[in-house]
Amino acid sequence: MLAYVARRLLQTVLILLGISLVTFVLLYLVPADPARQIAGRSATAQTVENIRQQLGLNLPFYEQYLRYLTGLLHGDFGRSYLQKTEVAELIRSRLPASLLLMCGAIFCELLLGLTMGVVAALKRGSKTDNGLMIVSFVGVSAPQFVIGILLLYVFAVQLGWFPIGGYGTFKHLVLPSITLGFLGAGWYSRMMRSSLIDVLRQDYIRTARAKGLTRAKILFGHAIPNAILPIIAMIGIDIGLFMSGIVVVESVFGWPGIGQLAWQAIQRIDIPIIMGVTMISAFAIVLGNLLADLIAPWVDPRIKLR
Amino acid sequence: MKSWDAGRESRVPLPLSELISSMNKPQQDTLLSVRNLVTQVATPQGAKIVVDRLSFDLGRGETLCIAGESGSGKSMTALSLMQLLPKPMARVASGEAILNGQNILALSEGQMRQVRGRHIGMIFQEPMTSLNPVLTVGRQLAEAIAAHKPVSAAEARRKAKDLLDQVQISDAARRLDQYPHELSGGMRQRVMIAIALAQSPQILIADEPTTALDVTVQSQILALIRKLQAENGVSVILITHDMGVVAEMADHVLVMNRGREVESGPLKRIFETPADTYTKDLLAAVPRLGEMTGTTQPKRAPAAPKKPEAAAKPDAMAPVVDVENLVVRFDIKGGILQRPIKRVHAVEGVTFQIKPGETLSLVGESGCGKSTTGKALLNLIPWRGNIRVGGKETAGLTGPERKQVLRDIQMIFQDPYASLDPRMRVGDLVAEPLVIHGLASGSELTDRVEYLFRRTGLSADQMKRYPHEFSGGQRQRICIARALSLSPKVIVADESVAALDVSIQAQVLDLLQDIQNETGISYLFISHDMAVVEQISHRVAVMYMGRFVESGTRAQVFENPQHPYTKRLMEAVPVADPDRPRKAFVPADGELPSPVKDLSYVPPVLTRQDIGGGHTVWS
Repeated sequence: MLAYVARRLLQTVLILLGISLVTFVLLYLVPADPARQIAGRSATAQTVENIRQQLGLNLPFYEQYLRYLTGLLHGDFGRSYLQKTEVAELIRSRLPASLLLMCGAIFCELLLGLTMGVVAALKRGSKTDNGLMIVSFVGVSAPQFVIGILLLYVFAVQLGWFPIGGYGTFKHLVLPSITLGFLGAGWYSRMMRSSLIDVLRQDYIRTARAKGLTRAKILFGHAIPNAILPIIAMIGIDIGLFMSGIVVVESVFGWPGIGQLAWQAIQRIDIPIIMGVTMISAFAIVLGNLLADLIAPWVDPRIKLR
Repeated sequence: MKSWDAGRESRVPLPLSELISSMNKPQQDTLLSVRNLVTQVATPQGAKIVVDRLSFDLGRGETLCIAGESGSGKSMTALSLMQLLPKPMARVASGEAILNGQNILALSEGQMRQVRGRHIGMIFQEPMTSLNPVLTVGRQLAEAIAAHKPVSAAEARRKAKDLLDQVQISDAARRLDQYPHELSGGMRQRVMIAIALAQSPQILIADEPTTALDVTVQSQILALIRKLQAENGVSVILITHDMGVVAEMADHVLVMNRGREVESGPLKRIFETPADTYTKDLLAAVPRLGEMTGTTQPKRAPAAPKKPEAAAKPDAMAPVVDVENLVVRFDIKGGILQRPIKRVHAVEGVTFQIKPGETLSLVGESGCGKSTTGKALLNLIPWRGNIRVGGKETAGLTGPERKQVLRDIQMIFQDPYASLDPRMRVGDLVAEPLVIHGLASGSELTDRVEYLFRRTGLSADQMKRYPHEFSGGQRQRICIARALSLSPKVIVADESVAALDVSIQAQVLDLLQDIQNETGISYLFISHDMAVVEQISHRVAVMYMGRFVESGTRAQVFENPQHPYTKRLMEAVPVADPDRPRKAFVPADGELPSPVKDLSYVPPVLTRQDIGGGHTVWS
């Protein structure tokens, strides 16, 4: 177990190194000049050149990358070009809001997705099943900004149950969480449905019935613990989905998280912020997968970590 | 509800004398009475009747065996009684089953739940899949104990431990906290029996309870069921395809075919004077251990008596397969650097030869290394030692040279359903080896495939069909045709008849022997079934824990077994002879030792002892 975690963490370091290199190359190749962005349109060529030298943007690529990497190893994400603040500080102030949103989204997608999946599996072939699968199809296929705006229009503008945007109370959290979680709920309901239908056909369910157990005991004691196994592996991957999702959802709801931070930085080619957010996201994704893998043997005793 | 409880209270354990007398007059003490049971399955072609007007009575303390081949409706009968038919495809169309004065087929799901476990317990064929993989054994047992009445956790655990003791599971307290995958197949089936008996039901339905188990384990489980039956007075409905098991277990026998009763009656009557031709055929097809005693050749060897020099001739010829000191080990990796931490000793120093026209059988229980040996011959796994096929070393061969060797040695697998590509026409499947080796093309190829189809008892117009259109026996014929296509010198047949019904099994065995008589091909026949091995082999090698423990001619090994393991294997085989005394219950001995060892493990050297005429025993 410890050896396994140690090996996985070693892999994590290599993955992060790879991601930092790829992102850095991509940003280097972008045909826009960060120095010009900072200086503004009316600045002279001399000013732009000064800024370039000041930020080290005139150095050869590998030197720029090595400088960034050295900083990273010391916990230094660099300074934002435009906001003149430490990137680490920016991320630290924005991260809690994003994490809160993600927790809400995970809760929503599991609650919605699993419930829909279980109900659909139990009533498969019925109108309820068809209806639920249409809803899940919408979840899978509709763009998040459409769902977000729709929810805002109905529940905030028309009904006035929730605030239109912002951050602070539980009520602020509800609509963004649903919006972010709806895609996952669509996937999960489909997975749960097919997984449960499959499990209900298994021999051990027949054994449980032959014991004379109640339907509820068979469903919650035998079927769901088995059917949920593939979903647990998915939750780890989900964090990656969320990372792309929060960029959209935070913009729609004016949620002050790292998604908005990243969006603004991309528009202005604020390389240190883009790099920082990318590295944090990559770390979260890798960590999420590791956690999912560590939870798996706890739920399914047949899985051995090697 | 009341009638159930009344039925239970009146149940007292019967003394043995009464038990015996009750067998003779079952009508007087009938526990379960099934009348005109009809079960239908919905198919795309409309409703199909799988159980057709079946009637039978089950006496108290009696064992009724429902015997039949696959598709006879015997399992469907059991599931109908439990109302556990796969819904919504299958349903009971009509009929009644009276248990304790109530028709259990007419009960609602909620009422039926009260019957399941409490009045009828059931065990299934596949112990590997019948237990929930994510719950501990203790939890699954406790659940059965508490299914119909509130029981405290401590009480349930105590009772669960008692049950495991009853079904002879060693170290019961520790087993309670283990998961199903940590137990062997035999132990899982014991757990299933414990679950089925947890609520002291009146009837135990056992659907092929030992089919998936090794023979020695099978005989333990059957003896255990008999012992528990004697102790608890439970009635048993045993469903099986194996007439040997029927002879071992039944008081009454009901033979089924295509959903209908063929005939039924007391065990002896059915075996001694079967009335129906189907029953006669079924009994005739069963290979019986010991029926070949006194002969030296396989069952279908050419009828003309061989002259001594002719019989001795194969010995003079060079062997087609010569295996020397074959070792197959697999490393289990682990740790940060994925270095080997344990080693599986699958095959440990096996030496044998196969002469042209000879059948060597490897026999042993699951995990003994017999299939691994077969795979090593075809270079399908890494191995060490020396293997010569047709005089050529096969070690380290790659590319074209390896292809050349593979032409001489082909394989037929166990599962004819899984070993044919479902998206290819069967004609193409048989032609494929010829195409790969570039041996035939165009009309020559078609002619050759047509010949192979006819040779294996199929017709040429079936070549354009797909595998799913064939039955299991036909598919195995296609596999044989495919293996024969390259005219190999040796065919490795790995449990090739294990998945087939007895009557089909007999046909396929006959086909294999006829081909041998005709072409002089050699077989390496890998099987767990002693009776089949006896019929087909010239020579036999018994494997245990990756090694040979005994080898010799068929007569030597079967008529004069020397190694204790060989003797145990032979004794465990259920014999389709009701007059043979039933085996006494022997407390379970330990599990098979594990072939997984530490890296430092050095396998001990066995002493080889030739006790005359090539009959060799290792100890």
